[in-house]
Amino acid sequence: MRAPDMNAGVAAGDVLLAVENVSLRFGGVKAITDVSFDIRKGEIRAIIGPNGAGKTSMLNVINGFYHPQEGRITFKGKTRSRMRPHEAARQGIARTFQNVALFKGMTTLDNIMAGRTLKMKRGFFWQMLRHGPALAEEIEHRRVVEEIIDFLEIEAIRKVPVGRLPYGLQKRVELGRALAMEPDLLLLDEPMAGMNLEEKEDMCRFILDVNSQFGTTIALIEHDMGVVMDLSDRVVVLEYGRKIADGVPDEVKKNQAVIDAYLGVPH
Amino acid sequence: MFYREAGQFKTNYAADMAVFPILQDKIGIAIILALALVVIPLVGNAFFLSVVMIPFLVFALASIGLNLLTGYTGLLSLGTAGFMGVGAFACYKLTTIFPEVNIIVWIFASGLFSAAVGVFFGLPSLRIKGFYLAVATLAAQFFLQWCFIRIPWLYNYNVSGAIEVPTRTLFGIPVTGPNASPEMRYYVVLGLVILLTWIASNLVHGRIGRSWMAVRDMDIAAELMGIKLLPTKLLAFAVSSFYCGVAGALMVFLWYGGAEPEVFSINQSFLILFMVIIGGLGSLIGSFFGAALIYILPIVLRGAPSLVGLDIGAATVEHLTFMIVGALIIVFLIVEPHGLARLWQTGKQKLRVWPFPY
Ligand SMILES: Nc1ncnc2c1ncn2[C@@H]1O[C@H](COP(=O)(O)OP(=O)(O)OP(=O)(O)O)[C@@H](O)[C@H]1O
Ligand SMILES: [Mg+2]
Repeated sequence: MRAPDMNAGVAAGDVLLAVENVSLRFGGVKAITDVSFDIRKGEIRAIIGPNGAGKTSMLNVINGFYHPQEGRITFKGKTRSRMRPHEAARQGIARTFQNVALFKGMTTLDNIMAGRTLKMKRGFFWQMLRHGPALAEEIEHRRVVEEIIDFLEIEAIRKVPVGRLPYGLQKRVELGRALAMEPDLLLLDEPMAGMNLEEKEDMCRFILDVNSQFGTTIALIEHDMGVVMDLSDRVVVLEYGRKIADGVPDEVKKNQAVIDAYLGVPH
Repeated sequence: MFYREAGQFKTNYAADMAVFPILQDKIGIAIILALALVVIPLVGNAFFLSVVMIPFLVFALASIGLNLLTGYTGLLSLGTAGFMGVGAFACYKLTTIFPEVNIIVWIFASGLFSAAVGVFFGLPSLRIKGFYLAVATLAAQFFLQWCFIRIPWLYNYNVSGAIEVPTRTLFGIPVTGPNASPEMRYYVVLGLVILLTWIASNLVHGRIGRSWMAVRDMDIAAELMGIKLLPTKLLAFAVSSFYCGVAGALMVFLWYGGAEPEVFSINQSFLILFMVIIGGLGSLIGSFFGAALIYILPIVLRGAPSLVGLDIGAATVEHLTFMIVGALIIVFLIVEPHGLARLWQTGKQKLRVWPFPY
């Protein structure tokens, strides 16, 4: 796996993604109200907040599943208001889901290979033959996928249909599938939810390694405060769809609004 | 003891990615091919070839077609017979208008016609799924069958209202029409089925097959991998209908030798859907198992009483056959809802670790 293209137009530390005044409504439900924040290249950015705060909705806006009624998203210097998920993928945004969204009937290997789809160029004719260039391409990508499999330590389950795997491993495979896309921005929606302590520690290690080895920028939703404080460079806090705090973990921890939100002070 | 990969280490990815990574599987395939190509034509009589083998291969091909759509891409279709009909009628018109062009060329071309029609009727699949899509394909089935009956141009205004297959030759030997020998017809069908099965296997084991299965298993995640849903689904419709169209052309030209539009009725669609389900959704080998069970088993059952010397009336045999096949299908589905292909897999897995239980 090679590090993402450093010439993507954004240098480390610059703003990779900017969310400006985004509002999202579902009929009468205001999921997100006038939220702005940015993600800098190379950082791990945590998004936290109580249940129903609009965190998942925010990720869905970023990768084009939801189209906000107001506001703008700027990614790698390009501003857009609407984008389809497959275009987001093309531009280098990958993600994992809060409730694992793997291809259940496919093996671990095929799931991660599916993450390479965009990078595979051989057309229908060569695919029919599965020889020559198509086979060479398949092998080339298989090599990358095997590196990811080694990295995530899931060699033993390579050929197991993912539907049969325990939850913790499924989350790991899903991370592998996202990594296979070699994204510039990786969105992780509660990657450690429902895991035991050991699995959580492994996952933390993987996230830190992805960030440091490949320089991948990561946006992370997580409920475990300890994890958030350890991993993230900066934290944005949402509550009832609004941003209530934004800053480095130590600042945010001391912020009165955040403490109130988590302790449930009545409004 | 005999079927396992111990000692067969793969030293490169190409070997590990082969469709049959285990040596014994390769030998098995070689044996099946030898049987089909050499032994069956030598041993089998004309009846066996034209009543058992040719229809079995045609159904297997149609099942592969439907399996690519329903088993691999998760799009339920009840229009199979309609798409087969498009292939058959397209082939009839093409060879009528351009009789000098080789019939094999027209068989492939009729698959393309069917693919185009399939893509058209696949358009709703972007918005609707599951039973609703099945209903949309059902509409295609009825509409196409209506065309086959109501547009006399399609059957060349024959008074019979049916396709009457003309004689066409390959290297001077007749392959279609009344003078074509069963051996010749068998070889042509077999050749096409082997070729198209190989292509289907290549497709499902590569990028395209993975995109189909990704759309089947979790379409939102597939879209996030950069897989565009509509083109992927339409490609599945196109390839699937191509296979069904070729199967339809083969059915009329190399099996029936002529066909009324009723051949392409909804019953045929259901028959092929049964083959796919019983054989195993998302399995190419399962398509062969399914076609064998549903088509060949009744023939065996019908022939069995006279072989054993029992004297039972033809009507009774027919009823018994229906009952036995029906009961078997239900038993199979209860024992193994994933079809014969899964039974086959489990059997191979048991063999691999034999004599240990796991
Ligand atoms: N597709 C939708 N249709 C209607 N309402 C929605 C939809 N998606 C989210 N919402 C609403 O938007 C609000 C924010 O939901 P969201 O899933 O973003 O919260 P979250 O912060 O991810 O919560 P959790 O921690 O429980 O995952 C909730 O009130 C939710 O009911
Ligand atoms: Mg959420």
